[in-house]
Amino acid sequence: MAKVAKLRTRKHAVVLNRSRGGDTGIAVMLILMGAFMFLPMLYVVLNSLKPLDELWYYPPRFYVVNPTFQNFSDLFRLMNTSWVPFSRYLFNTLLISVVGTLGNLILSSMAAYALSKIKFPGRDWMFQLIVMSLMFSAQASAIANFILMSALHWIDTYFAIIIPAWGSTLGLYLMKQFMESSVSDAVLESARLDGSSELNTFLKIAMPMVKPAWLTLIVYSFQGLWQTGSSIYIYSEELKTFSYAISQILSGGIVRQGAAAAASVVMMIVPIAVFVVSQSNIMETMATSGMKD
Amino acid sequence: MAKEVTVTAEETAEVKVKTPKEKKQPVSRKDMTKWQWTLKEIKRNGTAYALVAPFMIIFCLFTVIPVIVSIALSFTNFNMLQWPDFVFMDNYIRLFLDDDLFITAIQNTLIFAAATGPISYLLSFVVAWFINELSPKIRAIVTLIFYAPSIAGSAYTIWAYIFSGDSYGFVNGWLLKLNIIQDPIQWFRDTTYCMPLCIVVSLWMSLGTAFLSFIAGLQVVDRSLYEAGAVDGVKNRWQELYYITLPCMKQQLMFGAVLAITGAFGFGGVVDALAGNPSVDYCAWTITHHLADYGGARFEVGYAAAISVLLFLMSFGSNILIKKLLSKLGQ
Repeated sequence: MAKVAKLRTRKHAVVLNRSRGGDTGIAVMLILMGAFMFLPMLYVVLNSLKPLDELWYYPPRFYVVNPTFQNFSDLFRLMNTSWVPFSRYLFNTLLISVVGTLGNLILSSMAAYALSKIKFPGRDWMFQLIVMSLMFSAQASAIANFILMSALHWIDTYFAIIIPAWGSTLGLYLMKQFMESSVSDAVLESARLDGSSELNTFLKIAMPMVKPAWLTLIVYSFQGLWQTGSSIYIYSEELKTFSYAISQILSGGIVRQGAAAAASVVMMIVPIAVFVVSQSNIMETMATSGMKD
Repeated sequence: MAKEVTVTAEETAEVKVKTPKEKKQPVSRKDMTKWQWTLKEIKRNGTAYALVAPFMIIFCLFTVIPVIVSIALSFTNFNMLQWPDFVFMDNYIRLFLDDDLFITAIQNTLIFAAATGPISYLLSFVVAWFINELSPKIRAIVTLIFYAPSIAGSAYTIWAYIFSGDSYGFVNGWLLKLNIIQDPIQWFRDTTYCMPLCIVVSLWMSLGTAFLSFIAGLQVVDRSLYEAGAVDGVKNRWQELYYITLPCMKQQLMFGAVLAITGAFGFGGVVDALAGNPSVDYCAWTITHHLADYGGARFEVGYAAAISVLLFLMSFGSNILIKKLLSKLGQ
């Protein structure tokens, strides 16, 4: 008992066996690493606010003296000079992101429910296959995918981007793991005994219980699709995406440094805002993300 | 064995429920062959198959089949126009004996993978562990700071400006100002600095899903284990980490390892924006570049398929290996 009495207590929780030296060391490391992560991000934002003369100041300054939104208005001016109206790029990205995410959400939740809550022959190897697919990147199947897309005549259509996104596995994996641990079998079993059909059990009982997993899947799918850039499947200018158009501005070279920084800010605000809003739900889903042997 | 027992138990339970209606056939698993049983189960679970089918069809069509097709095509000299000829191992022989650039690509890919994979994995875990004891609000903010670069899209191009080759680049400007160097260094155009810088940038944006998984995993480790550990003589946080935290985190560690390895081998996109494609003297040329070159630009599809099969095998093989190693943890 003597040892327990020695435990220090912090406001939020009981903390055990912590030396001051260790605490300080960790704090210093964390601040150094945090600076490495945060300062470049801050630099992007500061650069986007710098007037032209400050961007070309020597020696370069990190901070901004006379912040201006000039770069953002330059960016919008550049957008208006593009060949295809900029709203079209934005529309393409939104269409791809929304339809792709919706399909992935519907198909993944259906499959995740069956894989986690119904016992049927073939279930285990199906899930094994899905776990295996997490073990190599999409490039490994890109060549054959291109042949497949041409065979389906999907080259230069939205389908080539949207439909494969419906079968993306990370979201399904996370949702299946979450369902497995947070939807109790007893509840489902009693519903089934009360005469609830499998479909009804899925829609009315299981789905409302896994809201954090839906949200996580939506965020992941949306983030991935939002950043769809130039694709080997799309060559018509009017089908290209917002991210592609932005990257064209970014590659405009050093003279457009200000506008490029503004473009980066515009592109990163959306995914970061989405994450901030859904952070607690995502963390709840991640708690069950572990992979069993 | 255990599995069979549970299934039988479930089946008897079901039979009990149904008894009032269909008393005639008290079928138990014992009376049937394995195939009959499976067939019966398949019929009984029609809904389950209907639920998985849409996803599995699309998943197979765009992920499983392409891998199989790639393997098949890698033994041919397909060019998208003529019917493929079977050439057996020719593509692989050419890759290893007659393609110096591929050797460069495979070396660079292995260096990238060996540097970014383990480091990003360790970094993800260490940072998650460091911030585990912060108060929830501060932890959420710190999480955002470390996670943001991985979802910030094109923000990493800022590194091209920080390490810009002229004297207006942030690093060059200050090195010149402080008289450490006399002429600006062509960072991303210099074979000495190009690779290490690309590795640094990819590390900067590598604290992604695995990182979140670790943070969440650490939070759900049962606190009473720590208290029990303290009573039982765990002296400091390092012992606690080794004896309690890591074994409890095994599943998250496994998941994180898979994502880290896959990410490390799929590396290439960062290089294009920073060092150009192709990079100077092919100093940062990876397998993904080689693959895009032969598949996308030259339409030597059979050859490109062989490259993608090797990429697949390297990534998949390392995953299996690491999985084996991690499963020994805490045993």
